[in-house]
Amino acid sequence: MASNAQRRIKHVSYAKYGYIFIIPFFLIYFIFSFYPLVNTIKYSFEKNNSKEAIIYEGEFVGVENYRHILTTATKGAKDYYTHAGMNEAFSRALGNTFKIWIMNFFPQICLSMLLAVWFTDAKLKIPGKGIFKVVMYMPNIITAASVAVLALKMFSNDSFSIVNNTLLNLGWIDKPIQFLADMKLKRTLIAGIQTWMWFGNTMILLMSGIAGINPSLFEAANIDGANSRQVFFRVTVPLLRPILLFTLVTSLIGGMQMFDIPYLFNPGTNRSPGTQTIATFIYQIYMESRIKNTGHSGAASVVLFVITAALGSIVFFINRDKDEIANKKYIKKLRKQAAAKKGYGGLGL
Amino acid sequence: MSKNSMKDNYKIKDNYNTNLRIRSLIITVICVILAVICLLPIYLLIINATRNTSEILNGATLIPGDQTIINYKKLIALDGFNALTGFKNSFIIAGSSSLLSVFISALTAYALVVYDFKLKGPAFTFILAVLMIPTQVSAIGFVRFMIRLGFFNTYVPLIVPVMAAPATVFFIRQFMKSSFPLDIVEAARIDGSSEFRTFLTIGIPMLKPAMSVQLIFAFIFNWNNFFTPSMIITSTEKYTLPMMINTLSSDRYTDYGMVYMGIALSIVPLIVVYFILSKYIIEGVALGGVKE
Repeated sequence: MASNAQRRIKHVSYAKYGYIFIIPFFLIYFIFSFYPLVNTIKYSFEKNNSKEAIIYEGEFVGVENYRHILTTATKGAKDYYTHAGMNEAFSRALGNTFKIWIMNFFPQICLSMLLAVWFTDAKLKIPGKGIFKVVMYMPNIITAASVAVLALKMFSNDSFSIVNNTLLNLGWIDKPIQFLADMKLKRTLIAGIQTWMWFGNTMILLMSGIAGINPSLFEAANIDGANSRQVFFRVTVPLLRPILLFTLVTSLIGGMQMFDIPYLFNPGTNRSPGTQTIATFIYQIYMESRIKNTGHSGAASVVLFVITAALGSIVFFINRDKDEIANKKYIKKLRKQAAAKKGYGGLGL
Repeated sequence: MSKNSMKDNYKIKDNYNTNLRIRSLIITVICVILAVICLLPIYLLIINATRNTSEILNGATLIPGDQTIINYKKLIALDGFNALTGFKNSFIIAGSSSLLSVFISALTAYALVVYDFKLKGPAFTFILAVLMIPTQVSAIGFVRFMIRLGFFNTYVPLIVPVMAAPATVFFIRQFMKSSFPLDIVEAARIDGSSEFRTFLTIGIPMLKPAMSVQLIFAFIFNWNNFFTPSMIITSTEKYTLPMMINTLSSDRYTDYGMVYMGIALSIVPLIVVYFILSKYIIEGVALGGVKE
């Protein structure tokens, strides 16, 4: 006979501790991240009429800010800032962001993939693999701001910078290369720095992916006489697809927020449009306008949000807990069966 | 006949081995070149920090100079740049925010694994959904909100918001899912331990590997952060290290030895710490990539 006490023990619920333990996280997140996000969206539909930087006087303007940054200006349009200027700056920022990302990602993924395959190949005898890994990951931890300033000094336009000086002394060039004056070169340089900083990280991610592939598949391929190229394209790449997708999407999201290096590559108020990115656009339109232009900056933020949300949903589906989903399906099935039985028995319990 | 085929076999094996050896050699050479590309800029930076401007303008070299102390003295005499203050400020911000964020993340992850509650699924889904939202997206609303709360030009906006780090929660939860025996919580309950005490005395020690890796990453991330501080902090004595470095990028400073010294001061300590902790860091990166 189950006593009352026994029944009660069975029903002790610890659920409330679950809520108590997650409250700090959600409280902080909602106050300091979610509420500001909602506010940013609100600002993107308003125009700041305040004459002072600290005070905000919003006036609802509908989709005007979006129209400015996303559409080309028509003659005679009523603009409160310059429509043409905003549109030009934003589309350039968007274009630059993608250009720099593409120039950085494809060399990076090829290099990282090659290194990952080599480092996980047990047949190859590469001494000091551990040291190589540590050294190649190192650029990733260095402060991006410091890297940018260092690169500015090393690649400056004059003939005294380390790179120009060395190339001149070697006789490979006749006059100093204008790394920072030619916009294409400047973007390439930024992309190069990004590759330098991130290839080690991508390499380690891919290595752990390759390590997760069942080794018997490689053995089988070897026994069947596949050469290393065939193994790479027929076994490694197909099985790495989820990780490659993950790397691609996270890199793209990271690339969309690129700020430190492009920002520092424009010292002072000397803003060159060739290296403006979405993040520096958001920052500068707000921070460097006298009246704090929250409208256009906010609209650009929302555009960035939409892009990252679309990309992020891919990562979301990769990260979903597959066991949990399977569990839930199983529980649902059991419930259905139980319900069916109940109906059949007619009595219930 | 059988002898012949055996000879052939040896030949094939020899060929195969030489092939492998040549390939290994080529790959090692490529790796060495890449390692040099990774290290050379840092090495040249350190060397230039020990030379004076005219030496630097004469060209790069691999041999250190003797101007280290003079460069350092010039740097600390500089108005608005104080490496030591920058260090202190960055350390306070990065240290406190990463410690707090890892603690809160562990608490959240623990709740999401140990307890069964109605909103558990939605809570985890929410964390996954916001995992990828960049700071830049909410920056304008954030700065405005901080001005309204009176936190502008203080460290509060740099420490408190990063305490809720979805990525850290996600990582610790994944770690817990794979290696945390739930029976141990049950055992602690039978022994009469309160839930919070169980978390502190059993949960945290068992989560230490994941937490320490995340602590290192959070520290590096917050130490290197340039975007948020540059929107919030306005007075130079509160500048973080990356902000101080930003002031060095100006063309005003023509003393290259001093500028290189400033950059070196911001990079070298980080690299030293990295090499000490590299084993854990590399492992942490690798774990982050395991997605079935």
